[in-house]
Amino acid sequence: MVARKSPWKTFMKNKELLLLTLPALAYFFVFHYMPMGGIWMAFTNYRHVDGIFGSEFVGLQWFRIFFQGDLTRVTRNTVGYAGTFIILGVVTGVFTAVLMNAVRSKIATKTYQTIMILPHFMSWIVVSLILYIFLDPQFGVINRTLISFGIDPIWWYSTPEYWPFILTFMNIWKSVGMGSIIYYAALMGIDPSLYESASMDGAGKIAKFRFITLPSLVPLITILTLLALGGLFRGDFGLFFAVPRDVGALYPTTDILDTYIFRGLRQGLLSLNAAAGLFQSVMGFIAVVSVNMIVKKISPENSLF
Amino acid sequence: MVENKKKVVLEQILVNGYFILCCVLFVIPMLLVITSSFMQDNEIRMQGYRLFPSVWSTEAYSYLFRLPQRIINAYRITTFTSVVGTIMSVLTMGLVAYPLSRRDFAYRNAITWFIFLTMLFSGGLIPSFIINTQILGLRDSIWAYLLIPLASAFLIIVMRTFFQQLPSELVESAKIDGAGELRIFFTIIIPLSKPVIATVSLFVLLGRWNEWMLTLLYITNEDLFTLQFLLQRILGEAEFVRNFLANFPGATHMIDTRSIPSLSMRYAMTVLAAGPMLVIFPFFQKYFAAGLTIGAVKG
Repeated sequence: MVARKSPWKTFMKNKELLLLTLPALAYFFVFHYMPMGGIWMAFTNYRHVDGIFGSEFVGLQWFRIFFQGDLTRVTRNTVGYAGTFIILGVVTGVFTAVLMNAVRSKIATKTYQTIMILPHFMSWIVVSLILYIFLDPQFGVINRTLISFGIDPIWWYSTPEYWPFILTFMNIWKSVGMGSIIYYAALMGIDPSLYESASMDGAGKIAKFRFITLPSLVPLITILTLLALGGLFRGDFGLFFAVPRDVGALYPTTDILDTYIFRGLRQGLLSLNAAAGLFQSVMGFIAVVSVNMIVKKISPENSLF
Repeated sequence: MVENKKKVVLEQILVNGYFILCCVLFVIPMLLVITSSFMQDNEIRMQGYRLFPSVWSTEAYSYLFRLPQRIINAYRITTFTSVVGTIMSVLTMGLVAYPLSRRDFAYRNAITWFIFLTMLFSGGLIPSFIINTQILGLRDSIWAYLLIPLASAFLIIVMRTFFQQLPSELVESAKIDGAGELRIFFTIIIPLSKPVIATVSLFVLLGRWNEWMLTLLYITNEDLFTLQFLLQRILGEAEFVRNFLANFPGATHMIDTRSIPSLSMRYAMTVLAAGPMLVIFPFFQKYFAAGLTIGAVKG
């Protein structure tokens, strides 16, 4: 390259393109970087009148309270659900895609895909109402059926033990259609001659799956799983807030960091929950960075940065 | 050979049977929503929600439309924020993605990092809330819907990756012809990028249509409620009326229980809130899938 240009010349040469980036830069500054500065409030006794930087500094007081209190329960729930969803997301997605690939009729495939993708377009509010048709303690489908068989009805919305299963099921119900499509697309990309030559060598269905299908999906599975691991300390607020209907009795098994912090906001426990939020952000950051280091080792071309 | 054919038929029956079973698991709940919305509350109380109501009634819908102002208003707000919000978002993200796709843009790396960093770390809900309400004054403002989710680092990277694949000679020859960058963006880049624009637009549109968390956080004024939030709200109201009557049997004198079809009404509202997108979006599913695959490629 030529000798280094002066910063002013560089600016003049790029100012037109720079201008195009301004709206987005302003947005990220105001709505993402300013809140990062606002984290300071986690170390203060925040009051609206004093403002973020005018409030009394209290050091790590809120972190101590959070760490000694609810940390274990909400973190266990957050990570437990996220981990379960990642594993089951892969298993159900691959399973559905492989079976979908075995369907011969193109019209049938298209129909199945369209139907299974529908929940993806619903809000969690709508999903929570659909679930309520089944779980409504008085008129719900399940309790009506139980009663008609002479079995005692189940009080779903006051029994936390059932909710890990219900939330997991609803999460799969909403996401499996979309999730399987990406694996299906990968299956379509496998060279058919591989299967043909395997058949000639006398390979059965299971052998073909084991030695052709699965190995060709492994890179995609690996990268999607690793990327998802970056979100281990986050959960879908809608699922955990709307589907259990924010019922207090269910918090032991439904409360995750996101819903916990939201409730803290409502109760006006601002600094305490800013501290919980900072904990979540830091853990998330550590998760993403360490996952990225692993990806760099396994397949550098798929690393994020 | 005959053996083989039999095997294929058996396999097809099994596989298709599995998917038909799956589809029943997906379709029945949705059908139940529709049939419940046409049931009489009396029947729901006696028989529970049913796929085949003995009497089909539009009572719930007529009750909802007796005071249609709230619903019409929520439709208006949701449609407005969906359309305007999507246009604003796609424009903002496209305008920044284009310079980032240009190898000769000097600030490319710095700006990419500035945006990408927001994917790795965030200030969290509470500081955002304080800044949005105390400094920016977005409480009870329609701007909350338009500005807070304006851009996403992930979607900008998706767009940039697509723009990078366009032949750079097009841009160069346009520059020789004296076209400005803004003009190049609108007359060359946009027309060639319809697939990615469609994918990103639909992605954003779906999020805006289903928006309710921003209402939950920032909006108390009923006139600014989104459709999904109103749905949740009506659910709460119906519940309130029922609990109220259950706890105070005497109250039945004041409110005629049967005058409020609270059970079927919430499903009529669900049909109204979810229906439009469930009819429209499946036609565009290939774009959603495309978005997922682009996302899996390195940013």
